[in-house]
Amino acid sequence: MSAVVSPPGTASRLGKRGRSHLADRALATLTTAAAVIILAMLLVIVGDVVIGGAKVISWEFISAAPREGMTAGGVFPAIFGTVALTLLMTIGAVPAGVATAIYLTEYASPRSRVARLMRVCIANLAGVPSIVFGLFGLGFFISTVGRHIDAVAYGGQVTYGKPSLIWASLTLAILTLPVVVVATEEALRAVPREMREASLALGATKLQTILRVVLPQATGGIMTGGILAVSRGAGEVAPIMFTGAAYFLPFLPTHPNDQFMNLGYHAYVLATQSPDVDRTKPLLYGTVLVLLALTFLLNIVAITIRARSRRKARAHG
Amino acid sequence: MAQLAFRIAESGKPTDARSRRLVRRPRIGEALAETAIKAVALLSILAVLLILFFVGKEALPVLTSAEVHQEVTVRALFAPHAEAGYMWQPVSDDPKYNVLPLFLGTLKVTLVALLIAVPLSVAAALYVSEFAGKRSRELIKPAIELLAGVPSVVIGFFALVVLATWVQRALGTEHRLNSIVAGAALAVAVCPIIFSVSEDAFRAVPGSYRAAALALGSTKSQVVLKVVMPAAAPGIAASIVLGFGRAIGETMIVVLATGNAALFDGSFEHSTRTLTATIAQELGEVVVGSAHYHVLFALGALLFLSTLVVNLGAERIVGRMRRNLGGSR
Repeated sequence: MSAVVSPPGTASRLGKRGRSHLADRALATLTTAAAVIILAMLLVIVGDVVIGGAKVISWEFISAAPREGMTAGGVFPAIFGTVALTLLMTIGAVPAGVATAIYLTEYASPRSRVARLMRVCIANLAGVPSIVFGLFGLGFFISTVGRHIDAVAYGGQVTYGKPSLIWASLTLAILTLPVVVVATEEALRAVPREMREASLALGATKLQTILRVVLPQATGGIMTGGILAVSRGAGEVAPIMFTGAAYFLPFLPTHPNDQFMNLGYHAYVLATQSPDVDRTKPLLYGTVLVLLALTFLLNIVAITIRARSRRKARAHG
Repeated sequence: MAQLAFRIAESGKPTDARSRRLVRRPRIGEALAETAIKAVALLSILAVLLILFFVGKEALPVLTSAEVHQEVTVRALFAPHAEAGYMWQPVSDDPKYNVLPLFLGTLKVTLVALLIAVPLSVAAALYVSEFAGKRSRELIKPAIELLAGVPSVVIGFFALVVLATWVQRALGTEHRLNSIVAGAALAVAVCPIIFSVSEDAFRAVPGSYRAAALALGSTKSQVVLKVVMPAAAPGIAASIVLGFGRAIGETMIVVLATGNAALFDGSFEHSTRTLTATIAQELGEVVVGSAHYHVLFALGALLFLSTLVVNLGAERIVGRMRRNLGGSR
């Protein structure tokens, strides 16, 4: 009669097991929701940039220079500058990163202190704020290395002691070094030990084994690292603000000591220093879309190559 | 050839000039190659030392140079200005260099970012490692990697143009650009790091732990909350620490989304200015060698040291957790 009496069956439905199933389902739902929200962040940002930018993208936008105080025209110099910057950066970062990974996996003993210090340094390099790389590039490459080159080779005339393509590229090369090292190391480790042993047993030297057996097997991973580095470098703005990127240039860079325009920096300039926000907004969207498309394309290519070489490695193992 | 090799092996010593060349020549090449590779590998250590040295070198005059002290003393960086109080206004007739508003700005934005990113990313990592099927895992992991690949200037742009409007409409904030907008945008950049480090931690928990708990009659949620989470707790802590490091060092997002007013107040609805944004906005316009220039480098050195501590700490935590889990497997 009283309200305390519960109808039969409730006990078993809301008993210990029932509550636990409820808890299981709640936890599964909550964690799924979290994953969905993170995916939604990606979709919303990409969706907005694509919708806003697609209207602006045209052949002229890709191939022409900005006009009328950057309220018209295109972004070709910025695309050119970004490509030149990341190409030079790759020439610095990829060989150094691959050599570092080879040393760590093939030569260094597992207990080597130097190798351990290298790993710590690489992990830390990956965590250094990008603006600090900008400060470093200015303090080291421009004010120290560049000034010395000018003093020795150019009689003090400012040639290399100023922001330029080469210094920005080298700064980015250091920033992206860890990306190359980590990807290459993973690829080298995936090469089965038996392959090295077979090669050595056939009389090949260690260097021959590395160059002709290990590295060819690891090309997928090395390419992944290189592409990820390019994608990262193409999107960085803070390290190049003081080391070479220019607000606006009437000409394309032709020499390593020229300044350059850059997609990310151009987007920053349009977003913050435009004389007429409403007129630059479409161009801003277009610039961001080009930058995002470039980095996404590179990332997708890298992820695909890596997935394929991982599958291959698993098939071998 | 085979005979020759046999003879060398037999005697242990090359017997004539030709065979000596065969044996030794590659050795010199080998040694040279190893030395060259090691030299290049040492660049990673050199890079960290060079950053430390050259950022430190330009920061040091803040502590030592009498010339800099005429404009700003170390005390003035932290103590309130006689009239203006806690104010960062380095470009004026009476330059004010109080850095506390900048510290506060960085902390506010970072706090918002972590409050959003930590629960989301840890839960998503739990989903991927404990609940997701193979197909959704193969969708989510590359997608989060793509999210990590979105340039920060793009996230900052989105926050400036779109997110700020949404937040203002939803919360009715006084300033359009503020700590909430910047923190939410920063969360987008921080999520992938926290996710990937936590997911690694969950995966490092041996399957035997889960099997044992299930065999003892635990439900799935009990296994996750009382076995997997505690075992992976150090990894989760490390992921948060790394996320913090990323958040205080991020530049382009905050430069676009905070509004950049160096206000010294606790409100999350007001514009604010972070350490990184200050360097990004002011370094381009300072006179090289001026007090302002050295103070900006000092802020950079401080950021560098903080992230160094954060990274070393996180690495230590992860290393210890792996050893513990490995030992009890």
